[in-house]
Amino acid sequence: MTEIRLSSPLKEEEILKLKAGDRVSLSGIVYSARDAAHKRMEEALSAGKELPFDIKNNIIYYMGPSPARPGQVIGAAGPTTASRMDKYTPRLLDLGLKGMIGKGKRTEEVHEAIVRNHAVYFAAIGGAGALLSKCIKRSEVIAYDDLGTEAIRRLEIEDFPCIVVIDPTGKDLYRLTSETVVS
Amino acid sequence: MREIKVSEITGAIRDMCIEANLRLSGDMKEALLAAENEETSENGKHILRKLQENLDIACADEIPICQDTGMAVVFLEAGQDVHFAGGPLEDAVNEGVRLGYTEGFLRKSVVDDPLLRKNTGDNTPAVIHERIVEGDRVKITLAPKGFGSENMSRIFMLKPAEGIEGVKNAILTAVKDAGPNACPPMVVGVGIGGDFEKAAILAKEALTRKADDASELPHIRALEEELKGLINQTGIGPGGLGGRITCLAVKINTYPTHIAGLPVAVNICCHVNRHITREL
Repeated sequence: MTEIRLSSPLKEEEILKLKAGDRVSLSGIVYSARDAAHKRMEEALSAGKELPFDIKNNIIYYMGPSPARPGQVIGAAGPTTASRMDKYTPRLLDLGLKGMIGKGKRTEEVHEAIVRNHAVYFAAIGGAGALLSKCIKRSEVIAYDDLGTEAIRRLEIEDFPCIVVIDPTGKDLYRLTSETVVS
Repeated sequence: MREIKVSEITGAIRDMCIEANLRLSGDMKEALLAAENEETSENGKHILRKLQENLDIACADEIPICQDTGMAVVFLEAGQDVHFAGGPLEDAVNEGVRLGYTEGFLRKSVVDDPLLRKNTGDNTPAVIHERIVEGDRVKITLAPKGFGSENMSRIFMLKPAEGIEGVKNAILTAVKDAGPNACPPMVVGVGIGGDFEKAAILAKEALTRKADDASELPHIRALEEELKGLINQTGIGPGGLGGRITCLAVKINTYPTHIAGLPVAVNICCHVNRHITREL
């Protein structure tokens, strides 16, 4: 299977070419955020404040790493379950977020917001935290430092492997596979 | 009466936390290799290969296998002829967890209050299950449990009339609902019988069995095999991306129950089913 090379921040014309099931090799900048950071971003928006990073055309990686040993960029850094962020996601997509990396199913509201905003949801390999850490070349906490592993990090990634789960037409790889009967 | 210093418990727990999070046991590694050979989907095979590569990197570079290094679950069997000296036993267990997670560069994933949610900063407290048994030995099993799969676990209070078919349905329902969220291929721990909380503890304990062992009870052994087959026909596959290998093993533990009840707990674990046992 061929791999599509993509760089982040994403370009809309490239997102629109993606299909559920495509294998992608991603390089560039992504931001890590999970439960607690999403809650804070939602609170910031509701208070009329700015988000701690420019979300436009960017990707959020649902991930909270283990600590780096001396000499390492980051510890284990695999995806966490995306559905816990579903409550916050449509609002972020409407503000210009273009991509998410995680694992697991999303709600109907997230599907609709992905289609509405020409965005994409990727899955990375769940439970491959050591392997994926090797694709992260720089990591810097940029907000919510007090949240520890849940702080927002700006990550420079190189050849990060993922797969398109929900494409901009709303097609969902998990739904396609669950309809396939295994012989 | 044999005296054991609680500092020995602390040291053992510290080492076990680090070991379990960096190196998966041999039986689980073999199960992953066998799964790769049995898998027929291209995506599935690819993921199973990557998971084995991940284990090698974790071991060589001392990076945890998964960033979710879990909440520390401790099963502690103490012989009734043991006297623990030097302080409270549970404090000693938690001190071991604190040392293991801080000195071992493991993630701190525990919050102090389920609603106020402030990180305790050292992954304590552990979830501790103690049992008093015969003799003067202490057996400690440590199982760091990640919550991607824990969140997909279920308990069903079935009616006795629902019988074995009801049990199969309950387990399949939990697995199908978990789907890609629980990082398949999964290990499925099942507790049947007891009461509400006993079933859940049985299910958790079932996950600490070796991947290649089988129940000593013939009807349960048959059920474990049948369910593994049924789960591997769901098509969920490695990573939830389609394929044959949705689970690596089904482990069922049982206990007597009430005439009116048939509790079934399904504790789902991902392919990083970490557990380690030591005897003092």
